[in-house]
Amino acid sequence: MNPRRKKRLTIVLSVLAGIGLIIGLVLYALSQNIDLFYTPHEIVHGKDDTGIKPSIGQRIRVGGLVVVGSVKRDAENLKVQFDLTNKGEVITIKYDGILPDLFREGQGIIANGNLTQPLLLEASEVLAKHDENYMPKEIAESLGENHQAPKYTKEQLDKN
Amino acid sequence: MWKWLHPYANPEVSYHFTGKLIPWFSKLTFTLLFIGLIWALLFVPADYQQGNSFRIFYLHVPAAILSMSIYVGMAIAALSSLVWQIKLADASAAAMAPVGAIFTAIALITGAAWGKPTWGTWWIWDARLTSELILLFLYLGVIALHNAFEDKTLAGKAAGILALVGVVNIPIIKYSVEWWNTLHQGSTVSKLGAPSMSSSMYWPFVVCFIGFICFVTWVICIRFRSEILARNAMRPWVRDLVNQQETK
Repeated sequence: MNPRRKKRLTIVLSVLAGIGLIIGLVLYALSQNIDLFYTPHEIVHGKDDTGIKPSIGQRIRVGGLVVVGSVKRDAENLKVQFDLTNKGEVITIKYDGILPDLFREGQGIIANGNLTQPLLLEASEVLAKHDENYMPKEIAESLGENHQAPKYTKEQLDKN
Repeated sequence: MWKWLHPYANPEVSYHFTGKLIPWFSKLTFTLLFIGLIWALLFVPADYQQGNSFRIFYLHVPAAILSMSIYVGMAIAALSSLVWQIKLADASAAAMAPVGAIFTAIALITGAAWGKPTWGTWWIWDARLTSELILLFLYLGVIALHNAFEDKTLAGKAAGILALVGVVNIPIIKYSVEWWNTLHQGSTVSKLGAPSMSSSMYWPFVVCFIGFICFVTWVICIRFRSEILARNAMRPWVRDLVNQQETK
């Protein structure tokens, strides 16, 4: 390689390495803020490395697994209450609205709302998180996985 | 070591070489996408959770992977143009940018259409979605710079610098789902180890994916050839080509 090309290559690569380093450091500094949600464990004990905890009244997102058997739905309207868990900690979510089709017990979901008590979130939005595994129904059944979308009566929907 | 590559730096040689590739890639594209998409959209079993809405996977994932691959290709072209000052590398970067931008847009739009029935929202500002949107803006910036200067060498230099700087976004997109909590799920196929889908769903994806790769190569070849002609319009070999076309 002739010296001029070598010089240009060094300049381009060192500029790139510099920018990469800057962006890497910025992302590292911001890494806690880029997280889309808190997990129930992080709400109780704080984020793993910074220890930041959400305060009461703060608007946050919580992500975790719906505790099996915890979903209580009002027969009259769309109000629903359920528990979210991860690493042994549990947060209760209250929500008034239509749940996404993928919502079910044991499913990962994200709730967005106000933390009104240390362990209670009043959600205005519930999103279902799904994992990267795809399989046909027959295989899922043989693995013991089953899924039923939440069902609503006409009266419940009309009231909303 | 690189001697075999040198003839292709000549526009005329590259023009004729890509001309020979085009019919092959067009045939492969039609065959593979015809088989792959019919297989994927009609015959693959529905997902146990998402039902039929998961079928958009066969469009969304190839588009998303290709949006990043085309960007890397464009950045390599930009690097070789800046360092070795190969004019054709600029032409190929200019040919790739709009194709990549379209695939980024397809990935974002199909992702939104998939997110609504499964997650419950069209859009969320999570790390994966946001960084993919930034990729679209990078593409648009590169396209704008290529067209902003009358002098194509200067335009190639400016666009090339932006393309190279933007390359840091690629690992951010790829690993966003591992580094941060996101609503977007992890990788199903583009990872080491076995894909997280059953083989009856995986093989149609492979066919569709190779089909889309051929499609992208085909379109980029066509755009590359027209870039070469536009940039060498005054050269005798282009004039000869035009005269030949006219006498036909």
